[in-house]
Amino acid sequence: MKNTLYSSLRRKIILLTLIVSLAPLILLGATIYYQFEKMYREKIEEQIKYRSQAQAEAVDRFLKTRMAILGAMADTHSFWQMTDENYLSQLFQIMNLRQGNFVDLGVIDNVGQHRAYVGPYDIKKFNYFHEPWFDEVMSKGIYISNVYTGYRKLPHFIIAVRRQENQQTWILRATIDPEVFGEIVRSAQVGKTGDAYIVNSEGVYQTLPRFDGEILSKSLIQPSLFGSGTAVLSADGKSGRRLLYAGSWLKNNKWLLVISQEVSDEMENLFETQYMEIFIVLSGVLAIILTTVLTTRMTINRLIANDARMNELNAQLMQSDKLAALGKMAAGVAHEINNPLAVILQKTGWMEDLLLEEDFQASDNLNEFKSSIRKIEEHVERARKVVHNMLGYARKMEPHLEDVDINDTINQTISLLENYARNNNIDIQTDLSSRLPIIASDQAQLQQVFLNLISNAIDAIGKDGLIEVISRISDDQVTVSIKDDGPGIPEDKQKRIFDPFFTTKEAGKGTGLGLWVSYSIVEKLGGRIGLKSEVGKGATFTVEIPITTPEKK
Amino acid sequence: MEKFKVLVVDDEQDFLETLVNRLKKRDIDTLGAASGEEALKIMKDNLFDAVVLDIKMPGGMDGIETLREMKKIQPLAEIVLLTGHGSVETSIEGLKLGAFDYLLKPIKLEELLVKLSLAFEKKDLHSHKIRNLKIKELLR
Repeated sequence: MKNTLYSSLRRKIILLTLIVSLAPLILLGATIYYQFEKMYREKIEEQIKYRSQAQAEAVDRFLKTRMAILGAMADTHSFWQMTDENYLSQLFQIMNLRQGNFVDLGVIDNVGQHRAYVGPYDIKKFNYFHEPWFDEVMSKGIYISNVYTGYRKLPHFIIAVRRQENQQTWILRATIDPEVFGEIVRSAQVGKTGDAYIVNSEGVYQTLPRFDGEILSKSLIQPSLFGSGTAVLSADGKSGRRLLYAGSWLKNNKWLLVISQEVSDEMENLFETQYMEIFIVLSGVLAIILTTVLTTRMTINRLIANDARMNELNAQLMQSDKLAALGKMAAGVAHEINNPLAVILQKTGWMEDLLLEEDFQASDNLNEFKSSIRKIEEHVERARKVVHNMLGYARKMEPHLEDVDINDTINQTISLLENYARNNNIDIQTDLSSRLPIIASDQAQLQQVFLNLISNAIDAIGKDGLIEVISRISDDQVTVSIKDDGPGIPEDKQKRIFDPFFTTKEAGKGTGLGLWVSYSIVEKLGGRIGLKSEVGKGATFTVEIPITTPEKK
Repeated sequence: MEKFKVLVVDDEQDFLETLVNRLKKRDIDTLGAASGEEALKIMKDNLFDAVVLDIKMPGGMDGIETLREMKKIQPLAEIVLLTGHGSVETSIEGLKLGAFDYLLKPIKLEELLVKLSLAFEKKDLHSHKIRNLKIKELLR
């Protein structure tokens, strides 16, 4: 019952403490965890977005420069100058002198016929009238193609500008070196997983990606997902890992420059920090749990010990209260019994006197009367003794303080009982501390106590056994233990052992007053008397006597 | 030889009656009184060698007071106190006031007789001394 109370109390304390201390910690930890992750992601997105933008600008600049060069060439030369292949070749060389990156250069007339060509490929004979780009350049004046293989079966793209010269309209067309162009894009392929490439609006690779794909093959990118300008989104890559994509539109939203990065690559630092945070929080949680459980256990144990001590004190208090009350009652009863006893004794005495008269002497029942009267007197005497014991000690209760050597007192008591013990083959051994001081106490009463306890021990053993009398000193008291190897005292009797008239001896053998009187004496002397016993293991009575130093005379 | 004259004072009627009867039966001239007042009244009219006085009598005059008065009336009468356990201190006070001795109730008659004879001897001695003194005085 009590144990479940304690464990429920323990559970409540632990639970409450844990909730109160862990909840804020976990909440704080989680908030930091997610906030940090959010900030980090934002930062990474910001970064990749910026890179994508910067790269797109670089590509855009490259294209614009090429268009400007081409436009300038077309605008500053006439059709007939351009169709002179020697001149064109010279022009081509000048254009490529400082990183022109043009592969070839051609002049096309208004019906799509190649009129002049400088370059490594034999494509002069081709007519472009039916190519879709021809219409576009004729109508819009400038055109940059997607990457395609075309007649020359190699991926490339072209820039074409239209020149309106009097009645003559012609087109200057150049092929851009895909290698050089690709290099610019690829320069953004950083880190272990970083990729950079351009796809057209159908998602076809315009430059060679670093992973998973060839130029002109279909990519996984769906350009429609990217909004205008620069956009960032994340999706699972081919390998199944999460990738972060940043796309910037180029070339009038025809090309999308994509920079991609595995999330884990960029997030490594974050994860490290997060693991560290989780570790710190978990250590904190563990420490809190451990401390809470340990301190709670300690507190509860102390509480249990306190309660136990309190109970013991209460029991002692109740015991002494009870005994005091019983003592008063017993004394009162004894007193009331004395008067009738006195009368009975006188009456029987009177009867005895009368029996001596002659007419009674002749009676047949004279002896019967005599023996009855003797019996009455005998039992009155017995009752008188009980009352005498009870009142006798009560009368002598006020202790008479004198210098007492406890070891001496013990030895004297044992010498009184030695014969009795020897007759019953009981050995009385002593183990007396030589450091006992002389104390102020009542020798006669202490002797009475030891006499009661040792003779009880002898009676308990009956025949053949051992009694040990031990004296010890502690800080403020002398402890005398009287230990026998008798049958022991059952627990239910231990509680009542100090009660007046309680006896375990046969009827008529004991008055049941010895231990009560001993208890009262020891208590009056300011000490305590206790009992430890188990059935079958003997009994040990302990008398604790306070050390009161005698006054100096 | 003169008869012993004894007064027994006790408020317990049965006890008083029986003790008086038993003493009488032993040829002691005994009177009984059930209270201190009654005892003092009797003592004014009769001389006693010894008085057996119960020191604890509820109601009326208490034992010590009675003892004091008795000593005033008959200083030579030896007084044996009867006492319960609770009143031993009172008895000791009584001894200081000149009582001869005390006995714990319940008493055995034999004990009382021993005490009474001792008391009588003492009283006799006193009386003799006094008588001798008086004779000496007369002779002078």
